[in-house]
Amino acid sequence: MTISDSRRTFLKATAAASTAAAAGISLAPAALAQTPGNSDIRWDKAPCRFCGTGCSVLVGTKEGRVVATQGDPEAPVNRGLNCIKGYFLSKIMYGTDRLTTPMLRKSGGKYDKNGEFEPVSWDEAFDVMAEKWKAALAANGPTSVGMFGSGQWTVWEGYAASKLMKAGFRSNNIDPNARHCMASAVVGFMRAFGIDEPMGCYDDFEQADTFVLWGSNMAEMHPILWSRLTDTRLTKPGAQVHVLSTFEHRSFELADNGMVFTPQTDLAILNYIANYIIQNDAVNWDFLEKHVNITKTATDIGYGLRDTNPLQQAAANPDSGELTPIDFDEYAAAVADYTLEKVAEMSGVPAHQLERLAEQYADPDRKVMSLWTMGFNQHTRGSWVNGLVYNVHLLTGKISEPGNSPFSLTGQPSACGTAREVGTFSHRLPADMVVTNPEHRAHAEEIWKLPEGTIPDKPGLHAVAQNRALKDGTLNAYWVQCNNNMQAAANINEEGWPGYRNSQNFVTVSDAYPTVTAMSADLILPAAMWVEKEGAYGNAERRTQFWHQQVMAPGEAKSDLWQLMEFAKRFTVEEAWGEELVAKIPELAGKTLYEVLYENGQVNQYPTEETAEGFDNVEAEHFGFYVQKGLFEEYAMFGRGHGHDLAPFEQYHQARGLRWPVVDGQETLYRFREGYDPYVPEGSEVSFYGYPDGKAKIIFAPYEAPPEAPDEEYDLWLSTGRVLEHWHSGSMTRRVPELHRAFPAAVVFMHPEDAEARGLRRGQEISISTRRGEMLSRLETRGRNKPPKGLVFVPWFDEGQLINKLTLDATCPLSKQTDFKKCACKVERV
Amino acid sequence: MKETMKLPVGEEATRLKGWWPAHRFLVLRRLSQAFFLGLFLLGPWLGLWWVAGTLAGSRTFGVLPLTDPLVLAQSLVAGHWPELTALIGALIVLAAYALIGGRVYCSWVCPINPVTDAAHWLHETLGLQKGWQPKRHTRLWLLAMVLIVSALTGTIAWEVVNPITMLHRGLVFGMGFAWALVALVFLFDLLVSRRGWCGHLCPVGAFYGLLGTYSLLRVSAPRRAACDDCMDCFAVCPENHVIAPALRGKDGETPLILSPDCTNCGRCVDVCSVNVFEFTHRFDQHVEALPPPERSGTTAA
Amino acid sequence: MPAATPLSPQRRRFLMDTARMAGGCALAGGALVWLARDARALPAEALRPPGALPETDFLGACIRCGLCVRDCPYDTLALAELGADGPATGTPFFTARDVPCEMCDDIPCVTACPTGALDPALTNIDDARMGTAVLVDQENCLNFLGLRCDVCYRVCPVIDAAITLELSHNERSGHHAIFAPTVHAEHCTGCGKCEKSCVLPEAAIKVLPLRLARGAPAEHYRKGWEEMEEHGGPLVEGVIDLPDRLPGPGTDNLAAPGGFEPSFTLPGAGE
Repeated sequence: MTISDSRRTFLKATAAASTAAAAGISLAPAALAQTPGNSDIRWDKAPCRFCGTGCSVLVGTKEGRVVATQGDPEAPVNRGLNCIKGYFLSKIMYGTDRLTTPMLRKSGGKYDKNGEFEPVSWDEAFDVMAEKWKAALAANGPTSVGMFGSGQWTVWEGYAASKLMKAGFRSNNIDPNARHCMASAVVGFMRAFGIDEPMGCYDDFEQADTFVLWGSNMAEMHPILWSRLTDTRLTKPGAQVHVLSTFEHRSFELADNGMVFTPQTDLAILNYIANYIIQNDAVNWDFLEKHVNITKTATDIGYGLRDTNPLQQAAANPDSGELTPIDFDEYAAAVADYTLEKVAEMSGVPAHQLERLAEQYADPDRKVMSLWTMGFNQHTRGSWVNGLVYNVHLLTGKISEPGNSPFSLTGQPSACGTAREVGTFSHRLPADMVVTNPEHRAHAEEIWKLPEGTIPDKPGLHAVAQNRALKDGTLNAYWVQCNNNMQAAANINEEGWPGYRNSQNFVTVSDAYPTVTAMSADLILPAAMWVEKEGAYGNAERRTQFWHQQVMAPGEAKSDLWQLMEFAKRFTVEEAWGEELVAKIPELAGKTLYEVLYENGQVNQYPTEETAEGFDNVEAEHFGFYVQKGLFEEYAMFGRGHGHDLAPFEQYHQARGLRWPVVDGQETLYRFREGYDPYVPEGSEVSFYGYPDGKAKIIFAPYEAPPEAPDEEYDLWLSTGRVLEHWHSGSMTRRVPELHRAFPAAVVFMHPEDAEARGLRRGQEISISTRRGEMLSRLETRGRNKPPKGLVFVPWFDEGQLINKLTLDATCPLSKQTDFKKCACKVERV
Repeated sequence: MKETMKLPVGEEATRLKGWWPAHRFLVLRRLSQAFFLGLFLLGPWLGLWWVAGTLAGSRTFGVLPLTDPLVLAQSLVAGHWPELTALIGALIVLAAYALIGGRVYCSWVCPINPVTDAAHWLHETLGLQKGWQPKRHTRLWLLAMVLIVSALTGTIAWEVVNPITMLHRGLVFGMGFAWALVALVFLFDLLVSRRGWCGHLCPVGAFYGLLGTYSLLRVSAPRRAACDDCMDCFAVCPENHVIAPALRGKDGETPLILSPDCTNCGRCVDVCSVNVFEFTHRFDQHVEALPPPERSGTTAA
Repeated sequence: MPAATPLSPQRRRFLMDTARMAGGCALAGGALVWLARDARALPAEALRPPGALPETDFLGACIRCGLCVRDCPYDTLALAELGADGPATGTPFFTARDVPCEMCDDIPCVTACPTGALDPALTNIDDARMGTAVLVDQENCLNFLGLRCDVCYRVCPVIDAAITLELSHNERSGHHAIFAPTVHAEHCTGCGKCEKSCVLPEAAIKVLPLRLARGAPAEHYRKGWEEMEEHGGPLVEGVIDLPDRLPGPGTDNLAAPGGFEPSFTLPGAGE
């Protein structure tokens, strides 16, 4: 025999398992199999449920079921097109294992942390949950309760949750999964411009001459935007595409200049480009002098690891984001270290390719669009590297105008609209305000009609800190909504799993499907998803899109919004706040959090009758007022007049999404540019009004080594990421049989010579391990991803192969976003 | 020959010798058939891959190749020169059966044998006529035909219909409608021609018969003098023309059953109440001189 | 000879029997020939394992032992069952839409074959030609509609060679590209991963046997551009061209697309 028995057995077993899985979930209800005629289908608009692109679709319902979808042919983003995930939107809600009733771990008829899941009523679920939350509040105060939310929450869900946590439970321990996704981009924006989110928009895809992908595989992760970019490359004479990554992926196929660099050296490459611009006298002096301040950031800031970690202890300025003003010469001298020769050697990219890239930024006649996602954001110097790309755009003045656009792409449908704009981060309030600023807190308390001092002034626990606090037993009552963090967060073995299963804690997970996270919880609440509720998402180009509830959720599943508001009924202000705070507004005494937060005269001012005719609205019918409109209009009060203007509620139901700020009935394409942006004073051409002096910041940051790099024992870089067919943890896409069939199980992509050197063959069962964990997988040396020697790439969608057991929970110390793109691993024969 | 009411075949042997000696080779043969089939099923059923493949070609313990020589012969005349593995496998099989008797395959290994035996049992039980009895050498003609067709069509022609490999493959890999062919053989033997398939038509049997022409292992009738003419051996023998020359041989004539048609099933050894037959080698010409035995069969009835 | 010697009854009987036997065998043989030839008609969706000899040779070489099936680590291969599957009964095949070939580097099925029906000369799986993928239905292929599916392309083990995405402008949407999956048969092994993973209810890309999938070039016409490149220059030497008379400078047709340099200039012209 030419192959080992173990390999045969393993392969046959996995093949059988995936076949069974596919067979199991392909038992879709017969209604889906039919092709119904159009006549009796009701069509209505909605944004796609998946990535941050924000494609518009039309949803077809018949007899209470979504039976079909189509790309909206008139939508400006996608013009009727979808990627293959969007093509299967109509199937994501109908997996056979939809959760339809609350499930509580019980034994002997009572809650037991180590019991088995049993179906319970909503009343019993909330009774037990409220008891645990009250116990935690009483014993350890507001910092012992927390919530982990989502960039897939609707706008009002994020808003209601933020309000419930920050004002209701007076805990800033609320963070969205966007922490894993966009936090570095946010810090990058806030530090450079004092205001979040891209200045440009998708129109730049047609306007730019050169596209530079910095750590983004748009070909797979933003398929429709990639289609637009490709079209420009194809039809515009002289258009160029430059792609940088730590491994060769599908976007390299279009690249005129494809560059594979050594992990972490993107810091050096960007400083080299700045150096090149200066050396070649390509600085836009006029722009620089009028609109830019130059600073440098504190260095040696650690890696966001636990304080006990030696790397963290060795850091001179842990977590410091301090900026020191410097003059241009100091800046020029700082980047002068990054010569072509040095950076070519550091990065492994041939000098002529680096030079070709730098020329694109330096050439005043070329419009450059820089694009990035997780390669930049999931980076232990993510906030720095976001700043570095703004540096080169600011040096050349290539910003805030059509085609000149540093553009941070998002991975979630409402990372912008919900997580960022609503401010569901542990340090934020709506409209870019922060909890550490007393004026911001006071403003929020005023809008919310709450006593002064309700909102705590310290940032709460961020995503990574929440898992650590769960493990340490300092965060005891915890609610996860609309995400799958046990699969998504790094270092499951050492932090997440021990945290969720810590006997001191009570963990609730709201989800539509029994995800890894749900199965790790103590209480599972069944959630309505996507068009089973009225919703709003905000995409990467500041476009806010609304949809009506199209169908009812199955069984007793309820939206996250319903759950949040219903749970709020279980607490009186006295229980949540203490007497002292209540005494400041005696009328609030004896009221429930629900009454104080949601029946405050603002949120409940729009009657149920205003909801759209012909559509269900479970929340409005249940609570007796147009909940979504009330929440949205209260939320919009934060941003209107402050650069974050949202249009009136009804307009969003009429339009195919609007790009904020929406002022005087007009959308904004390019922020900070006179003529485009209503906030830019006349005659000033450009104003970065996020800062009082109207100037953006160049922030010099040097190259610093990553916290973990391959060594003799763990001799490979491990990078993780996605594939086109599956979205994030696959909880929706893996329940679509066709998508499951297209990419059934994760594999370890490796360079053929690395495989040969280890005596491994393609398709073989292998063990991949790091200092934190081990996983069995299969080796792939062909196909879509071609890692360089010394690096392996593993997708993380597969709940059967939890690669995040292996990853390191090191973060950017400023953004607190985990670096999922680099740690040291080894791959061995099993 | 007994004129009076005859005891059921083998009854007397059971009574005189005991059950086991009267059924020994029958039981062993069934065990052997089950064993050879079981070897191939260990893999798919239990994951024990001692033997992989089918009767047409197999691999034992990952090293020992065995190939059906008739299948390979068809391949050769079809114009394909096989790889060494198959040739070695065929040579091993050829050598083995040449030694122990080609048609040992038929009675001890072939999975169709239990089927035709069952048909025969039912045939006897129902007391049916023996039906069409083509000449014994028809199978040789068919064998020649199979090789000619293989050469003409460039295919391994017999494998298109061969019920033996089809049944075996069916059991080991998946049956499809192969059961229908097996049923045809059963019905043919039951209704059309007693012992028709194995005894008259099967070209595989013909091939193995030829292969075993000079085989070492033989059934002999050294105690033929003790024969009480009960005819049980003729009744059980699937190729009963092979018995007479040995049993009825005059002094000086060999007691060995030398016909290549003998399948070495040993059933005659079982059913003979006076132990006329035994397994021996082809050079054993030994004949026991015995006084004529007491005739006891009739009194028992 | 006047009258033939009368045959003895035994001899007559022998001859009669022989004739009967021969006739019967001819009849049975005829039936068998028909069956054997019929078995050669391999259905289009049934693919042979890598290295399989051409179908006519294969049926003379494959002893239907199933060892290739046993050694296939992915349970791709199966033996055809009588009446249930299309291929000749007992021969190994796979249906790409059900379980495609995973293209093992060590090609265990070929190694397992005792007879060479799977050609042991196949040592690099990239050289296998189990069939070739054909995008049979452009009208339903999602990528031809402008969607971003391209699953067939991304699952291709010989990606960027066997299947490429040929780009064109999407006239309808105005600012998107169309990524047309395009098969290059010279690199396609016919493994069937594309057909398997096509998300449509009926695959728009299918692996077909080469005999169905491919045309064949005629002998009587050659591709001039290829012949010239192969030859390293024009096949016919010394052909001349005269310059065109032009009204003045700047009207030179060399500047126009497709303009070419005359290989001959009149003596004294243009100097």
